[in-house]
Amino acid sequence: MVAVPGVAGANGAGPRRKTSSKRRSRAITTVTLLALPVLVYGAFIIYPLIRVVGLSFWHWDGLGPATWAGFENYTAIYEDDRLRAAFLHGLALIFFFAILPILIGLPLASMLIRSRAPGLGFFRTVVFLPQVIAMVVLAVAWRDIYALNGPINTVLGWFGMRMTEPFLGSFTWALPAVGFIGTWVSTGLVTVLLMSGMARISESYYEAATLDGVGPIGKFWYITLPAVRAEILVCVTLTTINALKTFDLVYMTTSGGPGTSTTVPAYEVYYQAFRAGSVGTAAALAVVLTLLIFTINLVVNIVGEREKK
Amino acid sequence: MRTSAKFVGLGAAALLVLTACNPSAEDEETTDNGDAAEVSTDISDAPEQTLIVWDQEVRGGQNEQMERLNEAFMDKYPNITIERNSQSFDDLQTTLRLALTGSDAPDVVQANNSRSMMGQFVSSKQIQCLDDYSEAYGWEDRFGDILAYSSYSEDASVFGEGCVYGLPQVGETVGIYYSESKLAELGLEFPETWEDLEAQLPEIADAGEVPLVLGNIDKWPAIHVFGAIQGQYTPAEEIRTLGFGNEGASWETDENVAAAAQFQEWVSEGYFNDGVNGADYDQVWQDFANGEGVYLIAGSWLAADLNEAMGDDVRFMLPPSDGPTTTGGTGLPFAITSAAEDMNVAAAYIHFITSDEAMAVLAETGNVPVLNASDFAGDADQVVGDVMTAFDTLVSDGNIVPYLDWATPTMDQVMGDALQNLIAGNSTPEDFVATLEAAYTEAQN
Repeated sequence: MVAVPGVAGANGAGPRRKTSSKRRSRAITTVTLLALPVLVYGAFIIYPLIRVVGLSFWHWDGLGPATWAGFENYTAIYEDDRLRAAFLHGLALIFFFAILPILIGLPLASMLIRSRAPGLGFFRTVVFLPQVIAMVVLAVAWRDIYALNGPINTVLGWFGMRMTEPFLGSFTWALPAVGFIGTWVSTGLVTVLLMSGMARISESYYEAATLDGVGPIGKFWYITLPAVRAEILVCVTLTTINALKTFDLVYMTTSGGPGTSTTVPAYEVYYQAFRAGSVGTAAALAVVLTLLIFTINLVVNIVGEREKK
Repeated sequence: MRTSAKFVGLGAAALLVLTACNPSAEDEETTDNGDAAEVSTDISDAPEQTLIVWDQEVRGGQNEQMERLNEAFMDKYPNITIERNSQSFDDLQTTLRLALTGSDAPDVVQANNSRSMMGQFVSSKQIQCLDDYSEAYGWEDRFGDILAYSSYSEDASVFGEGCVYGLPQVGETVGIYYSESKLAELGLEFPETWEDLEAQLPEIADAGEVPLVLGNIDKWPAIHVFGAIQGQYTPAEEIRTLGFGNEGASWETDENVAAAAQFQEWVSEGYFNDGVNGADYDQVWQDFANGEGVYLIAGSWLAADLNEAMGDDVRFMLPPSDGPTTTGGTGLPFAITSAAEDMNVAAAYIHFITSDEAMAVLAETGNVPVLNASDFAGDADQVVGDVMTAFDTLVSDGNIVPYLDWATPTMDQVMGDALQNLIAGNSTPEDFVATLEAAYTEAQN
């Protein structure tokens, strides 16, 4: 139950009231206070969500009359190579958005915390910086970085490994290249989250370990890692969601190309709804995407909770 | 678990509401006020009213002509006030659907000719047939064949003939840009035939220059280049059927395979810049303006920008051949919605902004008028004048063929993907036409 703030008593200024009337006024206050959030939440989250589920059962071009589709829009997702590929690319992005940043972030955070280097605040800021820049801006910048005459290819050229086609235009490299932008962005968030977790670990554990002759890797494995399990869980949850709902990055860098090698579900939702005029397919995609994100996070959290015990 | 219990409850509630929730299965109500019997070309006595116009003329000269014409219209008809809503092409594409079905729909809208826009508006009866007004104002005589670009059959199954649903202001064509001084340096002249052009390409490459430049990361630029090549191989009438997405043609012909093969060969021979599929469209034309590459196959819409960057050095020509065939078309036509308050006023507005006087204003502001373009070429900057002459030549002596991605609502993606695969050498010309054929025939069933 929601705690009723003391202000509620202001209504009944004066002598003490009976318990029942107090309870009633408390209930009224609760309802009044809850009404607005429920209304807003319902109007902008619940209602659209229900509407999307409803739309997914219709063939509709967004303009004319709709015809009942049953589960056809859903089976189409499974049968259409293009849409199926989009989901596979989304799953591949989880590796780049979630797993890789954690693998990089763990040692990075550990080093930043343990090294006690001067200018720690500066490094922390630099690592976190990608998080505060809009993805659209980043995407435009990375398009230039990945260009044929861009900095990455120039550096590769010094080692005689210059690419003859731009990363984003290559059927082999486009998906990893888009994914790496995600890695770069996520690493900052992950590192800062892990650092806050690591900062809580008492120094005495490490001192005891040192006395026992445990090396740095052992300390990391036996002390740091178990201590930040909760933070890792948060990181995985956040970054997985980001990976699966990626839209702006793909829209701005490759439009799903070359061919269909970097399409993702969210891009397909946009394309089907606003360009191709199949609102039903778009809605079905959106529902599946939502369920997928929800399921993956549920599994991550259940597994995480269980490990804790 | 408490959370899951909540979600089960939520799901149940959702299902309950779901049964009562679906898109309007019945026909959208249209407030059709345009009584066909009362067609009138004189609106000076029309009651005082506001005309809501949605356009996408947001860039410099485009915006200027629109402002000037709107002002002139309101001066001429003080009883009409124009409320203009201008958005970029992309924004208009995405918002127009919602706007048309809303209660506050505009009277006049600029809608893309393609099946994915105008075609769907026609089939769902969101815009109105203008044949009566076409007769009253004599549009057919003035515009001629170009009206096919905004004509559909009533159920939108046929594109390119039937009822006229909109009028364009400007013309567009794909052609070849080049720098005069650069060709002179190489000891070359702009080729007179397609064979000459083909022969020049290896020569240019041997001289250490890039013969052709293209930036295709956004997928659509290659469609226009392919269109110019296809015009050399496939009969115009066939391209027209394929582009309009009408029945009666096939992608799987020797001519189309030959066109695809030539495109692929040009890439594999190294006649294009490296990494076509990953190169940025805007970056590439800017590089071209800075002296990279000899020929740029692109649309007339780049003329103003290239003129600014290269001045009198840049030229624009149609693909060299007798009776040239190339992709081209009109700017987005202005159409009247079913929600229009007064058809006569809306039609008078469309007539006004496409009149001969309006064409002069368009030319003055650096646009390519869809009518009598070559009359204005003399006063325009060199490359803009080239474009005006080219468009006029194409319409009168050549074959203007539609954008190939107009054929079906998803053709832009299908073709964009297929061309990127063709360019990368992932598919053969035969695979390429088979992919397009599948999309083309599927749309007809």
